Amino acid sequence: MRVFWKRHQLLNHLLLLLGVAFLALPLWLVFASSTHDPGTLIREGMQLGFGGKFQETYYGVLTEKKGFTEQVTAATMMLNSLILGLGFALGKIVVSMTAAYAIVYFRFPLGGALFWVIFTTLLLPLEVRIIPSYKVVADLGMLNSYSGLIIPLIASATGTFYFRQFFRSVPDELLEAAKLDGAGPWKFFIDILLPLSRTMMAALFIIMFVVGWNQYLWPLLMTTDESYNTIVLGIKSVMQNIDGNRLPEYNRGFALAILALVPPVCIVVFFQRWFIKGLLESDK
Amino acid sequence: MKRVTFSHSPIPYLFVLPQIAIIAVFFLWPSAEAIRLSFFLEDPWGLSNEFVWFENYQTIFEDPEYVGTLIATLIFSLSVTFLSLGLAMLLAVQVDGLLRGGGTYRPLITWAYAIAPAVAGLVARFLFSPQIGPIYAWLNPEGQPPWFEPNLDSIDAWVVVTSGAVWRQVSVNFIYLLAGLQSIPRAVLEASRIDNPSGLGRFWSVTFPLLAPTLFFLMVINFSYAFFETFAIIDTVFPFGPPSGAASLVYKVYVDGFKGADLGGSSAQSVVLMLFVLALTVVQFRYLEKKIHY
Amino acid sequence: MTTLTLQGLRKVYPNGTEAVRGVDLEILDGELTVFVGPSGCGKSTLLRMIAGLEEISSGDLLLDGARINDVEPAHRDVAMVFQNYALYPHMTVRRNMSYALQNRKVPKTEIERRVLEAAKMLQLEEFLERKPAQLSGGQRQRVAMGRAIVREPKLFLFDEPLSNLDAQLRAQMRVDIRKLQRQLKVTSIFVTHDQIEAMTVGDRLAVLNNGELEQIGTPMQVYSQPASEFVASFIGSPRINLVDGEVKSGVLSFDGFEVPGFTDISDQPVRAGIRPEDLLVGTSGTKLQVDLVEELGSDELLYCESPSGQDYRIRRPGGSGHRSGEAIDVSVQKEKIHLFHKSSKKRIN
Repeated sequence: MRVFWKRHQLLNHLLLLLGVAFLALPLWLVFASSTHDPGTLIREGMQLGFGGKFQETYYGVLTEKKGFTEQVTAATMMLNSLILGLGFALGKIVVSMTAAYAIVYFRFPLGGALFWVIFTTLLLPLEVRIIPSYKVVADLGMLNSYSGLIIPLIASATGTFYFRQFFRSVPDELLEAAKLDGAGPWKFFIDILLPLSRTMMAALFIIMFVVGWNQYLWPLLMTTDESYNTIVLGIKSVMQNIDGNRLPEYNRGFALAILALVPPVCIVVFFQRWFIKGLLESDK
Repeated sequence: MKRVTFSHSPIPYLFVLPQIAIIAVFFLWPSAEAIRLSFFLEDPWGLSNEFVWFENYQTIFEDPEYVGTLIATLIFSLSVTFLSLGLAMLLAVQVDGLLRGGGTYRPLITWAYAIAPAVAGLVARFLFSPQIGPIYAWLNPEGQPPWFEPNLDSIDAWVVVTSGAVWRQVSVNFIYLLAGLQSIPRAVLEASRIDNPSGLGRFWSVTFPLLAPTLFFLMVINFSYAFFETFAIIDTVFPFGPPSGAASLVYKVYVDGFKGADLGGSSAQSVVLMLFVLALTVVQFRYLEKKIHY
Repeated sequence: MTTLTLQGLRKVYPNGTEAVRGVDLEILDGELTVFVGPSGCGKSTLLRMIAGLEEISSGDLLLDGARINDVEPAHRDVAMVFQNYALYPHMTVRRNMSYALQNRKVPKTEIERRVLEAAKMLQLEEFLERKPAQLSGGQRQRVAMGRAIVREPKLFLFDEPLSNLDAQLRAQMRVDIRKLQRQLKVTSIFVTHDQIEAMTVGDRLAVLNNGELEQIGTPMQVYSQPASEFVASFIGSPRINLVDGEVKSGVLSFDGFEVPGFTDISDQPVRAGIRPEDLLVGTSGTKLQVDLVEELGSDELLYCESPSGQDYRIRRPGGSGHRSGEAIDVSVQKEKIHLFHKSSKKRIN
């Protein structure tokens, strides 16, 4: 009997299935509940099965203007999230790659000092300097703008360290051969280093896109204009309406949550290998 | 430092400029401002600034609400760290130990990394909601006076926030732990199968010590996450503010600074948080240094 | 007294690959048996099945008469030296060697005694407090052996333990392992793909090919009486010469050679095998052309070609003075020819 258990590892599978359910079940409840009408939800609580209102709810959420000022649709918010995610990921890659290249491949007077300056950003996550950051952005007139949303987030050094580590692992011989072939620093970067870094760039892009898409605190602070809300923020404003007046539209709130979740999850699942590779490399 | 480099070129300055510029404007300047403001006391109309040395710091540490929040945040961070690491470890060990089918489970668990903390907060909020939450209904059965009230009781509130945070973090830890487990040489594990009949004994004397660097790293990451980045969860679980005693330090900075317009006090709190991060980072790097010397 | 009996052992992987196809073997007490064969022949798989690291698909594994198919590795009383040593990186040498004994609740004083004795035997005394990362390859190998010795097991298993060492060290360790095994008199199984290693280390060789046991015998038996074409060509360096031929009316003819005296063999096509040292260069015989001469000092190797284009390798004493392009007369004695069945590749004579 013991051999049977061992051979088929039933206990292991059981534990794993419980774990998978632990992660998936809450979201399933949210999704299933989003397809019911609010009345059912209030009477019976969250639902496990479908309620047939999928199209109605999601179409409504995507196209009807809601929120405090009745200006934004979920579609607009998803667009904002997309811009934030893409802008953040691209910006981070460009800025970190160039900075890492400078630090690794050049010996210049300020090099050491600048490295440490960049390093200090690891010490202070955004949450710790939100108020003054807000002030700076406001003073620069960058509130309620995409640039204000994206650029301050790029400040931290994680991307730079990631590329720095990768560049250090590139064999010196490559650079020596390039020099012999007459390539200067710019050509070396474009023709040789960049193509080599393709996988790393892709991996980091995926992670940073998810991070950017999922941002909450910073967008909350600096977008008073609702048309700049990201979908993640949209959840909050819907929920504030829920406890306020009328019939709480739970189903809409849930639909928004699902919409906020689907793109990053799809990306993480489809690009699983790259994503995991990037995650494991970036935090060493 | 690379053995071979370029020299005499304007390129490094150009290349490093974007990052340094952004850091200077959006990082150094605000951080310096935060430190500066923490030494001032502003009057409610923002008309005058009074330099008060460390008075702001004194005030916050004498404020029982602040100290309470500090302790609560610490406890919360530790719970989230241990719970999410424990659960993730359990799952990672199972997947690593599977002879077949491990590959199918991995995506089924790692996808949760993509969940935004804000979404986790929403899910937690509604699962525990008095109106429609299944967990609330299960904990407070019909016909009896409810004993679990996250909207009223601070400890219950923390339970909800902790659940959301742990739920989200398990996936991250799982990814790292599985990678760590799979990097242990198979032959070493086989040798232990010959040397030690007890599966649990093998885990504690061979697997766990070899996993130690990964675990340490994860503990720091998890603690930082719980300590600093759970604003989103608290704000979405309690959009109108948590019951008193259930705020985290970061949340308090936000509330006092934005809503309460107490720039001095809020800045002082920020600086205290900065010191915490500094301490954590120093600890992590000291440990890393030791490892490299092996 | 430890005997290990393999009865019809089979290993089939979930994807259908058959790594071991029904092996019957008896390992005798106190002997060092070598499992030798090319990569993928199943020798390591067989060893791991004996250790309990690989599940047995069918067949029986008997240790001293008791069936141990389902017994946990730690309970089989076997010790293993891995190819990459598999030392516990986070433990000192001393702890690496005591670990297994600690788990069996052996008294501390006894553990100390055994560890020190093994350390002395393997010259590891000064390394006891070091960690594996601080040791050289050869030192790590000795620790791996020390870890096996202190167990005082019924069976020693070696899984290609010398493959990762440089040539000189390998030759030295071969001798050391042999001496050690003779001294401790523990029944041992040694896996290698190197046939020279197999010949020098083993009391008996088990030659494996494609999951099957081709022959079991002493080094000399396997060398001078190979049971199949595979064994003949795998064992022996330089490789045996194999030529297509036929026996008719008791006379073997192949490639211009005619050798009488095979009256007990029925008429049939055959494969003839002749070792390089058994081709005699003299004044009469079949004409071969020397293509290349390799002077090794102790031997001289001639790479020759017959008029039909067949290649031959001939071994002559060093300094015989042959030159490329030379024509030589080659003959062979009937007793030195190995005949193999054309299709089954098994020995006929």
